[in-house]
Amino acid sequence: MSKLWKIILYTGLALIIVGAFVWAPLEPKILKEYTRIFYFHVPVAWICVLFFLIAAYYSFQFLRTKDLLYDAYAKISNELGILFAILATVTGSIWAKVTWGSFWNWDPRETSIFILLLIYGAYFSLRSAVEQEDRRARLAAVYSLLAFVTVPFFVFVVPRIYFSLHPDPVINTQGKIHLELRQRVVFFSSLIFHTVLYLWLFQMRKTQVKLQMILRLYKENKMLEE
Amino acid sequence: MKQIWLIFLKDIQQEFKTRYAINAIMLFAIVTLSAVSFSIGAYTATTRVLAALFWIILFFSSMSGLSHIFIREEETQTADTLKLVARPSSIYLGKFFFNLVLLVLLEVILIPLFIAIMNFKVVSFQIFLLTMFIGNFGLAGGGTMVAAIISKASTKGALFTVLSFPILLPVLISGISATRKAAESVKLMDAQNELQALLAYGIIIIVASILLFDFVWNE
Amino acid sequence: MLNAKMELIAEKIVKRFGHFLVLKNISFKVSSGSAIAITGPNGSGKTTLVKILCNLMAPTRGQVVYQNNSQKINREDIFQYIGLVGPYLQLYQELSAQENIDFFARMRNLKNYSARVKQLMELFNLSGREHDAVKTYSSGMQQRLKYVCALIHEPEVLFVDEPRSNLDQAGIEVVYSILQEQKKDKILVISTNDQEDLTLADQIIRVGVA
Repeated sequence: MSKLWKIILYTGLALIIVGAFVWAPLEPKILKEYTRIFYFHVPVAWICVLFFLIAAYYSFQFLRTKDLLYDAYAKISNELGILFAILATVTGSIWAKVTWGSFWNWDPRETSIFILLLIYGAYFSLRSAVEQEDRRARLAAVYSLLAFVTVPFFVFVVPRIYFSLHPDPVINTQGKIHLELRQRVVFFSSLIFHTVLYLWLFQMRKTQVKLQMILRLYKENKMLEE
Repeated sequence: MKQIWLIFLKDIQQEFKTRYAINAIMLFAIVTLSAVSFSIGAYTATTRVLAALFWIILFFSSMSGLSHIFIREEETQTADTLKLVARPSSIYLGKFFFNLVLLVLLEVILIPLFIAIMNFKVVSFQIFLLTMFIGNFGLAGGGTMVAAIISKASTKGALFTVLSFPILLPVLISGISATRKAAESVKLMDAQNELQALLAYGIIIIVASILLFDFVWNE
Repeated sequence: MLNAKMELIAEKIVKRFGHFLVLKNISFKVSSGSAIAITGPNGSGKTTLVKILCNLMAPTRGQVVYQNNSQKINREDIFQYIGLVGPYLQLYQELSAQENIDFFARMRNLKNYSARVKQLMELFNLSGREHDAVKTYSSGMQQRLKYVCALIHEPEVLFVDEPRSNLDQAGIEVVYSILQEQKKDKILVISTNDQEDLTLADQIIRVGVA
């Protein structure tokens, strides 16, 4: 990433942090100071889901091509995913505690993030239980895709069955996002900048893994020539 | 296809002679049910709690028996024998039907016992039985697939439950809700969200499993 | 299958397990009416190669091609044409011999096979024990039953991993007659370290030699 982008990224993030705490006005009615976490919780939760989708994509690619590089990519996507799942759960329960009174309520969104956490945990348990590399990659990829298929049920189906505590009814009664201009600016910039930052980190990690793979292939080819 | 039937039949034959899985499942269910009933004692639990308890017993009993079908093949080294002569999708479906039968047998015993012992008053048997019927497809479908995955791993026991839980959770959620409704209202329509969800899940998980099974089975 | 000209072609098979390279560029071609032997020190990859040829395992690189009269056979249909006998291929212990045979025969879509079963059971000296559970068989008997199950559909390609294991002299003689039969107009693949077995083969593939 070029120097210019890095400067923009860092400044942007710094501004967002400042903006979240100072500049954006508070939601007057109930939430007051608590809104601040909203600028960080939502992007983090969104990134967690993003990496889940990315992991499913790489798992699919691995099964299609049998190229172990994709398996490595899937693994690191899942690593970042579990990190964000933990962050999202933690920031979410902090928010839950101050707004609704208790750390955990089994609200559908909370349940979904918890499920994602379980899926990531299961994914890594599976990986650690298989010794052969090829097998491990295949089984993990299949599980990733299987989990990917069941996730829509949590997102779409469960809220229809169970009553939801999540923001829509709380920030406003009509279920739309009614944010004042300043809030909107901070929120969307936070979303964008966080996404860019973590995709960049992901890209670096991908390059690292790719180099490892190339080195290994080189060694293998040398052995074959003997 | 003929292969599916043959595999299903062979598994039934084997099970009939050893009765390993069915014993495991039944005993687990009875033990758990007794423990629950004993702890609750004379206290009358709400339908919400009872519905949840029922599915917990059902889920964990399945966990103790559904993976047997693949683990046995690996442990007795007949996995290669089977691999040599069968097409992967036939294997999945043959074993899926076996697990389905296993679940039905479990429920035939568990449901009357649960209703009697826990005083679970079912108002609408329509909802209840339909939930069980459709839910079984989801449980057997996902369970068989995960069983195949873990049979190829080295540590088997707890891994099956850990991997199955997130995958089968939609069945649990919809199932518990529908079961609760079966105890509260007579109209079939009230549970339509849950039943639709169960049906959709069943179809999706089975289709996904058929597509993905080749990758698990073929080295 | 009369007048079938089967060809088994291995093209540059490579198999890697983690960091360990087990098979390095194995290539060969064998046609109906001949036998090929795979030999090498223990743990050198003989069984791995057999499994790859039987479609039980995929190679890391390279491919295995079965051709019938120059028509390539699909991977999913290969099982119709092959039979495998090996120590890692167990039969279903709780079921009877007859049930095992029925299973393997019907999976390959055989219809009237009872005469052939009878013939094979007699040949391998197992008549009269068809309805006993396989777990009551001695290891020698199980080995012979494995041959029966592998031969029931008259496979175009017969794979035998360690032909002599668990057999007494009488058993070995029967097996040898079968192997000679197979060699005549079909393909035989044996994996062995026994020098005498190697004389059966027209081609020898050495595995695991540095």
